[in-house]
Amino acid sequence: MNETLVLGAVVYDAKVVTIWDGFQRWFAARDLLLDYVLYSNYDRQVEQLFAGAFHVAWNSPLAWLQAERVAESRGRTVEALAMRDTDQDLTSVIVVREDAPIARVEDLRGRRVGVGALDSPQATMIPLDHLARRGLLADHDFEVRRFDVLVGKHGDHIGGERDAAKALMSGEIDAACLTDANHLLFTQEGTLRRSRTRVLTQTEPYDHCNFTALDDAPRDLVQRFRSLLLAMRYDDPLVRPLLDLEGLKAWRPGRTQGYALLGAACERFGWLDPFLAHMADR
Amino acid sequence: MIPLPLDLGELGLDGGATVLLRAALGPLEAGQRVLVLGSAPSLALHLRAWARAEGHVCESPSPADHPPAGSLGAPPVAVLVRGDAPSARWRGAERAGDPTPAGVAEHAQARWGLCARGAKVEAGGPAFGFALSDKDTLWTDAAPDLYRAAAAAQWDPAIAIPWDAPRDHPAFVEAALVQVLTYLVENETAALLVPARFCAQVHPHFREIMQLLAIQAADEARHIEVFTRRALLGGGALGLSTAGGQASLLTLVEEGDFALASFLLSVLGEGTFIHLLGFIHMHAPDACSAEIMRLTAQDEVRHVAFGLSHLQRHASHDPGLRQRLRLATERRHDALRHTAGLNAEVFDALVLLAAGALNPEAIGRGHAAVARLQAQMDAGRRSRLRQLGFTKGDAETLSALHTRNFM
Repeated sequence: MNETLVLGAVVYDAKVVTIWDGFQRWFAARDLLLDYVLYSNYDRQVEQLFAGAFHVAWNSPLAWLQAERVAESRGRTVEALAMRDTDQDLTSVIVVREDAPIARVEDLRGRRVGVGALDSPQATMIPLDHLARRGLLADHDFEVRRFDVLVGKHGDHIGGERDAAKALMSGEIDAACLTDANHLLFTQEGTLRRSRTRVLTQTEPYDHCNFTALDDAPRDLVQRFRSLLLAMRYDDPLVRPLLDLEGLKAWRPGRTQGYALLGAACERFGWLDPFLAHMADR
Repeated sequence: MIPLPLDLGELGLDGGATVLLRAALGPLEAGQRVLVLGSAPSLALHLRAWARAEGHVCESPSPADHPPAGSLGAPPVAVLVRGDAPSARWRGAERAGDPTPAGVAEHAQARWGLCARGAKVEAGGPAFGFALSDKDTLWTDAAPDLYRAAAAAQWDPAIAIPWDAPRDHPAFVEAALVQVLTYLVENETAALLVPARFCAQVHPHFREIMQLLAIQAADEARHIEVFTRRALLGGGALGLSTAGGQASLLTLVEEGDFALASFLLSVLGEGTFIHLLGFIHMHAPDACSAEIMRLTAQDEVRHVAFGLSHLQRHASHDPGLRQRLRLATERRHDALRHTAGLNAEVFDALVLLAAGALNPEAIGRGHAAVARLQAQMDAGRRSRLRQLGFTKGDAETLSALHTRNFM
């Protein structure tokens, strides 16, 4: 029997099962046996990657950094195999009400800033680091209001950002941190009402998820998985619904320079430390 | 190459600008560029997010991308490089046949699903399991005309029927009429269920057939309404429903083959009912009942025409069909051999309606009229069977085997 590539993924939504069942069939038709294990949170997934429970992790950017740092501490290496086209060059914004007396980032001093889930790179970590670089330290220079939805899933669920947007409109907070895509979504759906908000500041571009493999993963199997991923085409009617569900048009080769912003944020705030300490004990 | 300019003015992506973006990018080849100009708040931010999700590339405009100074009002915001994804979605798409009735396909593909005939269908959609997908088993070239005629002939019971017309006939005539109407309601219920059942099995590619079956079911729904309403006008209870009558209808409702069910219902049953409704119309004791019978008979004529028409075509493409129709008639006759057939109450009620009086002479007249009715029904069935290509002898045999319950 051919060797099976086992993938780890976090269930941020029930559709994850549909996606990976579908990919499983697609890979099987191309003679790659694929199975998957699901986790409820990224900490467990990264821990189990190092425990050898599976070969490739579908990682959030924070989980990638966790894996990279743990590997580094153990003299190991990890590789970002591939990512979605929509994982590249994201930005986040900090939005205020149009009529608020907040013209510059500095004007957020003493105010209430809404962020997403505690562990959301895009709606919490990168925006808070963005403000810190501009002289405003969270919980020191301004009050942080967290909209924690599904902590452990690294902000993959947009509910926290939507709650923050609603809180901004209701006056509960003075600013909200959102991804550019969710800012577009919330203005289109009316959660952020037209002409009632404005973008105060925008982060530098950063990257999101990737498929992560440790250096001891079966090389041929992993490379076959990667080459098949990159060969998926949006004009293939069998795979297109799955790509639509996963939110991409094409897979791209993995790259890691897009994680620098998040890495710096984690350095500044020590966000990786508890997990690294936990892994150091294992 | 200078990108094509697209000036969005003050329109943002939250206000519909995506429509203009798609219209501008759609006709281009992958790799071609559009310079987007506009002054909506957050436009650059939104273009970036939108392009990423749609599979386009969003770049900052360079001085070289700027159109000649003064040619456009709003400032340049971004250059969109058209991606391949919007075209890729429609690669492998196919037209679901031809939109005209003349162009219906011999076989409708399950993957065409519910799409309009002639629409372009994206590949990879779900396959619908329509049991009736072949032109030979469904189609008749008369379908478009029959549907148009049916749609044009719909009548409103509230307006078309003179519900307040005088009723001065004797009570026994009213009771006879109510018994016949009670019988008609259960028969028309069978005539509703059969097309309704097959309507859901017809591939929508054959939309005129689906529409005909739907309007046929709607016709019967109206017939059930007017028969019931007239039966209750006299203020009494409804009549009797016999086990034998229902057993006959059960064999009709349970027939799972479209051709056989259509044959038993439309060609034999409804065809026979046209004579019955005409008989009641002729002997109706009031104008309300007479008009109900006239209008319902008109509808039934169309149902029969459709059944005959598609079965004629089917038989011409399938030489074995007539043998199957013959066996279905024999099978139904055998199944009903031990039932009572037309119940005595309905028979007597028809005699009473035709008689109009309770004396030997009138009843004798009524009885003779019902006998003539049955002879007309038989002649009509034989004529329709001959139209389906049965021999004279076969037509006589099969007509004689038709259920004594008429439907």
